[in-house]
Amino acid sequence: MTETYRESLEGLSRLRGITGAMMVSADDGLVVAESLMEGIPGEAVAALAASLMRRMGTAVSAAGFALPSFMHLQAAVGALLVVPAGPDTLLIIIGDQNVNLGLARIEMLQAVEQMA
Amino acid sequence: MRALEPWVEEPLMTFLSESEARLTLLMTSAGQVVAQHGFTRAVDIMAAAALGAAILSSTEEMARVLGVRPFRALTHQGQSHGVFLSAFETPRGRLLGLVVYGHDTSLGVVKLFFDRMVDDLMVNVPLEGRKTQVLAENFENELHSSLRALFGR
Repeated sequence: MTETYRESLEGLSRLRGITGAMMVSADDGLVVAESLMEGIPGEAVAALAASLMRRMGTAVSAAGFALPSFMHLQAAVGALLVVPAGPDTLLIIIGDQNVNLGLARIEMLQAVEQMA
Repeated sequence: MRALEPWVEEPLMTFLSESEARLTLLMTSAGQVVAQHGFTRAVDIMAAAALGAAILSSTEEMARVLGVRPFRALTHQGQSHGVFLSAFETPRGRLLGLVVYGHDTSLGVVKLFFDRMVDDLMVNVPLEGRKTQVLAENFENELHSSLRALFGR
């Protein structure tokens, strides 16, 4: 299973502007598999992104909607994209300012389907 | 939060606010409680300190038997709470951290900010002071004296 994850993550990491891709345990925020450029603090991003996704889920549920199916956090010099990959895991992508968000989103959803 | 050593206060406060841990206990391996958050009774700290130290000693012995390096941290995931237990070296000796957290945070977040707290403690730690040798009789004495200081009795 980890090998399947790794192949998908490496495929995502090859997209322009993407500096890292990770499969993360949704409850714990721990890294399951990763393909990251050097210098990216994967464990910290995993823990904080999973925490953010959980809080977003609480907020969205309180508003009466279903759980979030995609989260896009845009920062000044990059973006963080998160997609649930099954009930227990999250697919997280870290992109720089050159990332093609539309393409990244499609590729992420396809990767989740392949990993299911 | 109550701390017996002032240099621990700021890193621990930051850890508590970032990690949203419910209970935290910092102690030396000699049994002296350095700081605590969330405990209301001395007897609970006494039990947590003794059990935490015993669990870490057991895992260290297990690592020795297996011929591997000592485990750095140990976690237990329960239905409603998780426990994170870790030991780290400082210039003033070994410290043990015991953290109990709930569903409002996660193991990843606790681990992340615990590691940052350890880094901050290393910056703040005063270099003078003694390293205490761990003996069974010391453990009980140190534990009782630190509990008296924390709870004022």
